[in-house]
Amino acid sequence: MAEESHGVGGLKYDKSKRSWPGEVNILFALIIIILIFEALGQLLPYMRGQSMLFDFNTNRDGTILNIARIKIIILQVSIIGIIALGVTQVIISGGIDLSSGPLVGATAMIVMSFAQTELVNGQLNPKAVFGAWAFDLPVLIPVIVGLCFGAFIGIINGSLIAFTGIPPFIATLGMFLICRGIAQWWTRGQPVSFPTESYAWLGSGMMPVVWFLLLAFLFHIVLKFTVYGKHTYAIGSNEAAARMSGINVRRHKVMVYMIASMLAAFAAIILSSKNLTAQTGMGQFYELFAIAMAVIGGVSLTGGRGSIIGTVLGAMVFGVIQSGFTYIKLDAFYQLMAMGAIIISAVVLDQWRQKSATAKA
Amino acid sequence: MSEVKLHDMGDIILETRGLTKHYGGVHALEDANFILKKGEHVAIMGDNGAGKSTFVRQITGVEQRTRGTVIFDGHEVDFKGPLEAREAGIETVFQTLALADHLDVPDNLFLGREKTMWNWLGPFRRLDYKSMRADTMAALEKTGVKIPNIRNTIQNMSGGQRQCVAIARTASFHSKLTIMDEPTAALGVQETAQVENIVRTLKKAGEPLILVSHNMRQVFDLVDRIIVFRRGRICANLDIKNESFTGEDVVSYITGAKTGAEYEGVA
Repeated sequence: MAEESHGVGGLKYDKSKRSWPGEVNILFALIIIILIFEALGQLLPYMRGQSMLFDFNTNRDGTILNIARIKIIILQVSIIGIIALGVTQVIISGGIDLSSGPLVGATAMIVMSFAQTELVNGQLNPKAVFGAWAFDLPVLIPVIVGLCFGAFIGIINGSLIAFTGIPPFIATLGMFLICRGIAQWWTRGQPVSFPTESYAWLGSGMMPVVWFLLLAFLFHIVLKFTVYGKHTYAIGSNEAAARMSGINVRRHKVMVYMIASMLAAFAAIILSSKNLTAQTGMGQFYELFAIAMAVIGGVSLTGGRGSIIGTVLGAMVFGVIQSGFTYIKLDAFYQLMAMGAIIISAVVLDQWRQKSATAKA
Repeated sequence: MSEVKLHDMGDIILETRGLTKHYGGVHALEDANFILKKGEHVAIMGDNGAGKSTFVRQITGVEQRTRGTVIFDGHEVDFKGPLEAREAGIETVFQTLALADHLDVPDNLFLGREKTMWNWLGPFRRLDYKSMRADTMAALEKTGVKIPNIRNTIQNMSGGQRQCVAIARTASFHSKLTIMDEPTAALGVQETAQVENIVRTLKKAGEPLILVSHNMRQVFDLVDRIIVFRRGRICANLDIKNESFTGEDVVSYITGAKTGAEYEGVA
């Protein structure tokens, strides 16, 4: 690319003084956390010098990396990561979405009932929700049903927030309970199981990771390079200014919440496909984990700031901590405590950074 | 907005007839008759609370007038909000800046009217950053504002730089009428000069302007005509380009020591 100056009034812009993008900080944090776990692996007596991410001895995969563990780390965050992609957009626009976890539960129940196969081990599917017409439908049907349900819930969320002016926290908290209710009401609490082979393929193996990275790439492009993305940032940054500029703020908000809920619904499809079953309690705490991933990734809860790359890195931090604690054989409750502390410190550090950046100017 | 063409207004861009605004019992603006010709720059002066900003707010649709008529570009208009006024061609630089802090200069300049490619993608059409950047550089170079990097976010800029961006944004719309409400109130000497430069480029381009200002020197430097408000009424209409008025004259109109001949008995 040709050297291009972006200064006016005879001022030149000194590239060496440029502060690096916030995402780099998260990458540093990720590396530091990995190093801490590696150090613990060496230092803790009962670990006997194991490494978390490296594998020097056996070298099964022809690399020095412990590919198996890395795969697991990414795999276990990809489904919540898909939700976090939508939550990121909602938070950038100045809102919040608490309904995504229960929406995963409700969508999984509904979608799975359209994805059931007729014969299980030669017997009629014991978990059948509908009659014979709903067996062995093409995989597109449950996917479309799920995305439509997500869009429907998202449009309600967005419309409530945009047109009645109630705070996003309240609107999506209400939807949180409604979706939990829908999930239980759908089959009166019974799990829905035994999907068709093609449906089961959607979330099999490393497919969740593929979907997560594909969608992350797509929405990175959308947020950075399209009018939709620019308006999302503008509304989160200064809603009055956005309105004065002729942006249809209400319509845009509906669209943001709709996309976020469709991503949560897609996560539900992948999750139910991966588990080969749908249960009413699915997606518990997912809304909070998704928000945590975004926040660790530098998305500002006051709106206007954040990125998909940040959220993906935030998801990785989340995953490394989760499996790191398992790897050093600490119990799950320590995991939760550490996770909480990390979320808080991520926000505190980010605020310090913002303050010093503003003070410098 | 009425689509009926009232009459051929010739070179008049904005006219108000009997424009009145009451806030409950407070008569903030009373029977304001005002004419602005195409290409003309007019200053509105007056003490605090004299009705300057109220007058502007009735024209830009920020508030709804109590009575009176506003005729803009040959049509009687009744804007429901500032957005309607902007769409009709009235651009306003408000005292509270309408900029998005987390976006950079081109993003703010083109907010709501981005240059795009691949428009068949609807809301997901692609932003043409390169062209917006080039246009921003061109628009800002004219103003004399100094910004080291237009790709910096607005939150990292000084008050003067922000104000220049806000005004450059207004100026680049090529609107039919520009209104600035005390654009240099919070600025330093250099920054004020930059803003005044932008006003001069508007004058050269023949774009009409209403400037609300307290700064006597600035007003005498920039505009053709001064309208003085006092206690909600227009009390003087001073053609400073063709007749010799001094700052002291204007002050006596503002304070009430004098009243324009045609406004005797009104204010």
